[in-house]
Amino acid sequence: MANIDTINKDFANLFEQGKELLTNGSSNCMNKAREKAFVQFQKLGVPTRANENYKYTNLIPAFDHPYNVNLRYMEVDVDLNDIFQCDVPELDTNMVLLTNGWYYGNNKTLTELPKGVIVCGVQEAAKKYPAIFEAHYGKYAKPADDGLVALNTALAKDGLFIYVPKGVVVEKPIQVVNLLRSDRDLLATQRNLFVIEENAQAKIIVCDHTLTHHKYLSNAVTEINVATNAVFDLYTLQNQHLNSVILNSTFIRQEKNSNVLTNTISLYGGTIRNNHHVLLDGEHCENHTFGMYLMDKDQHVDNFTSIDHAKPNCLSNEHFKGVMDGKATAAFAGRIYVRPDAQKTLAYQSNNNLLLSDDAQINTKPQLIIDADDVKCSHGATVGQMDEDALFYLRARGIDEKEARQMLMFAFAHEIIEKIRVEPLKDRIDALVDTRLRGEISKCNTCAIACKN
Amino acid sequence: MLSIKNLHVSIDGKEILKGINLEVKPGEVHAIMGPNGAGKSTLASVLAGRDLYEVTEGEIVFQGKDVLDMAPEDRAKEGIFLGFQYPIEIPGVSTVNFMKTAVNEHRKHKGLAPLTASDFLKLMRDKKNLVEIDSKLTNRSVNEGFSGGEKKKNEIFQMAMLEPKLAVLDETDSGLDIDALRVVANGVNKLKTAENSTIVITHYQRLLDYIVPDVVHVLFDGRIVKTAGKELALELEEKGYDWIKEENGK
Ligand SMILES: Nc1ncnc2c1ncn2[C@@H]1O[C@H](COP(=O)(O)OP(=O)(O)OP(=O)(O)O)[C@@H](O)[C@H]1O
Ligand SMILES: [Mg+2]
Repeated sequence: MANIDTINKDFANLFEQGKELLTNGSSNCMNKAREKAFVQFQKLGVPTRANENYKYTNLIPAFDHPYNVNLRYMEVDVDLNDIFQCDVPELDTNMVLLTNGWYYGNNKTLTELPKGVIVCGVQEAAKKYPAIFEAHYGKYAKPADDGLVALNTALAKDGLFIYVPKGVVVEKPIQVVNLLRSDRDLLATQRNLFVIEENAQAKIIVCDHTLTHHKYLSNAVTEINVATNAVFDLYTLQNQHLNSVILNSTFIRQEKNSNVLTNTISLYGGTIRNNHHVLLDGEHCENHTFGMYLMDKDQHVDNFTSIDHAKPNCLSNEHFKGVMDGKATAAFAGRIYVRPDAQKTLAYQSNNNLLLSDDAQINTKPQLIIDADDVKCSHGATVGQMDEDALFYLRARGIDEKEARQMLMFAFAHEIIEKIRVEPLKDRIDALVDTRLRGEISKCNTCAIACKN
Repeated sequence: MLSIKNLHVSIDGKEILKGINLEVKPGEVHAIMGPNGAGKSTLASVLAGRDLYEVTEGEIVFQGKDVLDMAPEDRAKEGIFLGFQYPIEIPGVSTVNFMKTAVNEHRKHKGLAPLTASDFLKLMRDKKNLVEIDSKLTNRSVNEGFSGGEKKKNEIFQMAMLEPKLAVLDETDSGLDIDALRVVANGVNKLKTAENSTIVITHYQRLLDYIVPDVVHVLFDGRIVKTAGKELALELEEKGYDWIKEENGK
């Protein structure tokens, strides 16, 4: 196995040799950030387990592979609109496709978006809307804080840009479908920027899919700014194959009186690392951070979350739940900062895990750093087996053991699904989770989840 | 209908039932009384198939079938119903879904097609009226946030839905006020036929004013030490268990 220095050196070579391709077509703003980020990456490298924040996820095997990297947009030889159709007709959305981290060139025009709403590629947005773009790009995800952010910023050329202007309410959710489709093993870098202005409202549903069996590593960074009084939902559905690595870093900044709900649902994937950062940067913000993971076989998921109460009078409520079977491993870290001025903070956090096998493992760690005195914080973590008394109660009514277990697991998971604020999506996820908990693979449409075992 | 012979049951190596013999014929109502810790709930749980307990000796035959090898769900489908002394709360499992699954499992066992949604709802409505249980309760998760009395009513509601051949009601009367007691007893009586049998486990004579037993047993220290007619319940009510304890040398 290669050591971390070799991996980091390979990236340095890629950066130096690919410089022309990297800068070509990118805006000055992105290229400037790129240079600085690369310097940071050279200091930080790909995080290893020596880094306290990555103690439970070993990224070396994920990176130690001869991936292909596309430093420019590759034309797609088929019409992805035909290949991929979301198989939930009730889920009426504004759908936009990305391929291997790039905004898909043949996306259909979204005719139902309200006036002023922009949905396009990041590369395009940087050039067409520099004022908006430059006000936010690189402002929330800091390369100096994390090697993965540094690497992303150094290599990122495209991704999705969404802008919802002041006072505009986007009724229909925007569905972002990230497709990984390649004839070779691939490392994809994706950089998203969502800007939700004052009094605006939007809901975004992100679906990650793999369309071929190749080994994928996706290093994505999403920056989101939610301005005063805005309401924003982000649902992320991770459903990829066992040979894929998802590194998903999300940075959300909230301004005063804003309301944000996120729900990160990891259904399937080889290795998943979610870095979820929330900065409550104005008074009276409300933040709900939910997540669920259903892991079996040798799957691994690590949810690293940080909620930063920088201003007084904000509420945060975080709840992650996991069902673990086989030899699956999971980690949850819940960091809550309450800054010195952030009086009257309410911060709640819990992480509950259901272990179905003796070999499954979970490391859960709350971490509260509280520098104000008038605050209410609570945290709790549980790791347990299935409740035998409840199981017997159901069976004593004639429900067979398998179904009774299923009902209890589903009940456990449903608490998180219930929080989804898009009805048809809730029903859809209920169904996906139900099949997933039956030990089957919940396939969406053309997904190549079922991997050679 | 039910025949228990020389049943010995242990938990963690400690013997709790020490040779129980019990015969219940179709249509009969049996009452089992006895002091705390005598083993009444243990007997009920073993009948329903709880695997926490180890049967070390003896047999249980229900309608000609040896039930000791059967899973709890199979016993339930054969017609054994346990009304729990402490019904458990199951957050997240809706009562409707729970009952629909249970009823349809029973139907499948009998070779019947699942109920349609509307037939099922009608069945729910009828049985709810029978046990005077509020829709507010059946619209919630199983027993979640129910009061003690509501949980007991819910047991009778489930019994009404499943129409068992043998109902074992473990202290269904405790914690009930007098009106609830009447409702529960009425429910049991209305479901009574010449074919099905009931075992009521209770500490109180008052339930037996409503559900009149054919036979009363006293369970003491893991054994049935006395069996008589319904007058035994009155005697126990009056004199307590001390004389039983003395007779049995404790
Ligand atoms: N899970 C268990 N682990 C250990 N001991 C148990 C367990 N369940 C029951 N016992 C013991 O078995 C004995 C009989 O208990 P059981 O609950 O059957 O009594 P009971 O007659 O139903 O009493 P009560 O009138 O209080 O309901 C008691 O001594 C009790 O402590
Ligand atoms: Mg008892």
